[in-house]
Amino acid sequence: MCYDLIVIGGGPAGLAAALSAYENGLRNILIIERDKELGGILNQCIHNGFGLHYFKEELTGPEYAGKFIKMLGDTNVKVMTDTMVLELTKDKKVHCVNTADGYQILNGKSIVLAMGCRERTRGAISIPGTRPAGILTAGAAQRYVNIEGHMVGKKVVILGSGDIGLIMARRMTLEGAKVLACVELMPYSGGLQRNIVQCLHDFDIPLYLSHTIIDIEGKNRVEGVTIAEVGADRKPIAGTEIHFDCDTILLSVGLIPENELTKTADIEMDGRTNGSVVYENMETSVDGIFACGNVVHVHDLVDFVTAESQKAGKAAADYVLNGEKEKSDYISLANGSGVGYTVPQKIRKSADEAEIFFRVRQIFKNSAIVVMDGETRLAKFNREHLAPGEMEKIKIPNALMKKITSDKLTVLIEEA
Amino acid sequence: MYDVAIIGSGIIGSACAYRLSRFKLKTVVIEKNNDVCCGTTKANSAIIHAGYDPEPHTLMAKLNVEGSAMAKEICETLDVPFNQIGSLVVAFSEEEAQTVKALCERGIANGVPGVRVIERDELKALEPNLSDEAVCALLAPSAAIVNPWEYGLAMAETAVRNGTEIMLEAEVSSIEKTDSGWKIHTAKGDVAAKYVINAAGVHSDDIHNMVADETFKIIPSAGEYYLLDKSEGTRVSHVVFQCPNKDGKGVLVSPTVHGNLIVGPNAIGSEKDDTATKTASLDFVREKAVKSVPSIAFRENIRNFTGVRAASTIDDFIIEFAAENFLDVAGIKSPGLSAAPAIAKMAEEMLIENGLKAEEKDSYIDKRTHIVFKHLSAPVKNQVIYQNPAYGRVICRCETITEGEILQALNSPIPPVSLDGIKRRAGSGMGRCQGGFCGPKILEIMAKFKNTDYENILQDNTGSYILTAPTKNGGKN
Repeated sequence: MCYDLIVIGGGPAGLAAALSAYENGLRNILIIERDKELGGILNQCIHNGFGLHYFKEELTGPEYAGKFIKMLGDTNVKVMTDTMVLELTKDKKVHCVNTADGYQILNGKSIVLAMGCRERTRGAISIPGTRPAGILTAGAAQRYVNIEGHMVGKKVVILGSGDIGLIMARRMTLEGAKVLACVELMPYSGGLQRNIVQCLHDFDIPLYLSHTIIDIEGKNRVEGVTIAEVGADRKPIAGTEIHFDCDTILLSVGLIPENELTKTADIEMDGRTNGSVVYENMETSVDGIFACGNVVHVHDLVDFVTAESQKAGKAAADYVLNGEKEKSDYISLANGSGVGYTVPQKIRKSADEAEIFFRVRQIFKNSAIVVMDGETRLAKFNREHLAPGEMEKIKIPNALMKKITSDKLTVLIEEA
Repeated sequence: MYDVAIIGSGIIGSACAYRLSRFKLKTVVIEKNNDVCCGTTKANSAIIHAGYDPEPHTLMAKLNVEGSAMAKEICETLDVPFNQIGSLVVAFSEEEAQTVKALCERGIANGVPGVRVIERDELKALEPNLSDEAVCALLAPSAAIVNPWEYGLAMAETAVRNGTEIMLEAEVSSIEKTDSGWKIHTAKGDVAAKYVINAAGVHSDDIHNMVADETFKIIPSAGEYYLLDKSEGTRVSHVVFQCPNKDGKGVLVSPTVHGNLIVGPNAIGSEKDDTATKTASLDFVREKAVKSVPSIAFRENIRNFTGVRAASTIDDFIIEFAAENFLDVAGIKSPGLSAAPAIAKMAEEMLIENGLKAEEKDSYIDKRTHIVFKHLSAPVKNQVIYQNPAYGRVICRCETITEGEILQALNSPIPPVSLDGIKRRAGSGMGRCQGGFCGPKILEIMAKFKNTDYENILQDNTGSYILTAPTKNGGKN
């Protein structure tokens, strides 16, 4: 039994990819989801703000997922929930396990990787101190609070001002906890501006920029935390220590695309994104295996995830119905000054047009995004405000694609 | 009245319990924490040393070599992960090359099998990621890596399966001599026993001082570690040591039985129960480690931890009677883990010499098996799932641990009372996401199994609650 397409992951990326593949002609599609329900991380994101671009509405996470799950209901797409994929091979065999069917090896003519990402943990940044209960990643805390219905603490210090940390600062406060501080290593916040306002400012939660946690106390449960200012080298400055009595520390210190399966299939990876290298149609280095969503690069807006995943689904359908699109003639993308990475990393010369997503390395005001074609300037897009916490998108329309002469495009930032 | 009371359920206490459980004796293990093997036993380098390090003619030397050989057998019998990967003590200078040679000679004197010095070319072929500054090394093929807490747990579980009792959360406050032996006052009540084994680790001097004048003092020495992601697990294939110094064996780099990379420890004076990690120590460990293996990717670190050694004012293991029928098995720092079964054998022999009636049981179960789902072949996986569908639900994605294995842990002879207790038995929550994904799921399974509120589930020791209260609209149970 061979599926036309197996989608690994039933969150927003997987849902959009499966629907798009269906809309583009595939009829034997399977979504494998490890949780008991579809929806992925959206199920625990009960705050609104999802879908402002895509649906022109302000939806909660579950509502956004719900719309796609409803659309799925009008198709014959199969879904296996409560099922874990253990291995993916290069020849598109999917090893998975669940209670009802046991351990199985399924075949797909095409695969879409939509496994999302995981949270960076305390160990990754070696925070010293004791190891008591009460230290959680913000996402794990969000799961306890929003899905299990239990509070994780009363007096909270949050490390990291990325969106998850900001959202949890507000959530914990609304549930009656006291959030004493949000502590951020960098001199700027990593989250969306609207979250800084709506989650910290509106609740009088102080934001300590250029600070980090240097000690955790408490034998069995957190009892306190010490923070300190950091210098340009991100190392603590002696004498700037501030102590907080608290019982909970939430960590929002980064997301890492979940690519264990990608690696078992020997797919080419990009060290800048921690995701797979993809072409303009979201195809990976292995023919017929596509990737989309947070597993390729960590997104801020689910609307972008949807658009990217629809591309992947369409490409999978195209691959199954019309065969592989020649890969060897491509333009590679490089990240120039001020730019951390680009997705895609490769654009086929035969592509009609391309969208390039990227993140900047620092905050830029009144600058321009410049695309170089080899040594020639291809395009320039002015921007008032660029920040690492806000993914950027530029379009290379057909007219510009036709002008490209070299094998390398570089995306860089030119300051005013 | 018990025949033997063992104070402390770490690797030494558990090894003693395991040995004594062969006999028709009424034995009890008294443990202050809420689980066994919660102290130094779960926070060390996890190495079964070959035995070239201790001075010849010491107890450490004799029992290390004996214990290491016994360890291999016990781990096979009791299904404990044990991997005889061999160790290298690397010299980075001509002076250190002399140390390596001396260690080799000491190894031969101690009866260590197969030790020899290897030169630069052979060394580089064995360990390509070793620093180019490496001049030569002592190769000890008999050294092994083990799962140290599972080793202790397996012995404790087998003892329990054969009738040994365990008292948890039973901190000893005082001990008095009685006509028939000893009366131990614990937080869970009094325990009367004819013989007592003091295996209380960093607190073994405190226990000794309850029955006799001070003859030794524990000098706690903390060691801190990095534990790196499995992507670093093949950075080296042997245990890679640097030349030992006065504080100990120095910073090592080694694979673990789980496929991770462990780096550490340092050795710094500390408080007995202070297991906090400190920036200065972690920086020291990093600096030293890259001397051996420059390419270690520390950004792949998943956890840091500290273990406290029960070093003492005596240079050797203290296996002596503190008083009549009261045996200290104290000051057991490295090579304590390696020597454990030999230490327990010696303790047993000393008790028997002092009148302990050791009659072997008619039916004794010297076996432990458990299902490790990810290691099963596909057909066996399906057999297991068919018999018990819970094995078909993967809960810990990073380590591929199933609900079946979590229930297996909850149903084990010494049931866990915390998420970390489940971690130590089933292997969940110790992967790259450090329980972020599986934590809430395991908490739910445990609360359901114990028929208790979510707020009662502990992370590890008593008082380590995870959740505080239901949310305003929530609370499933």
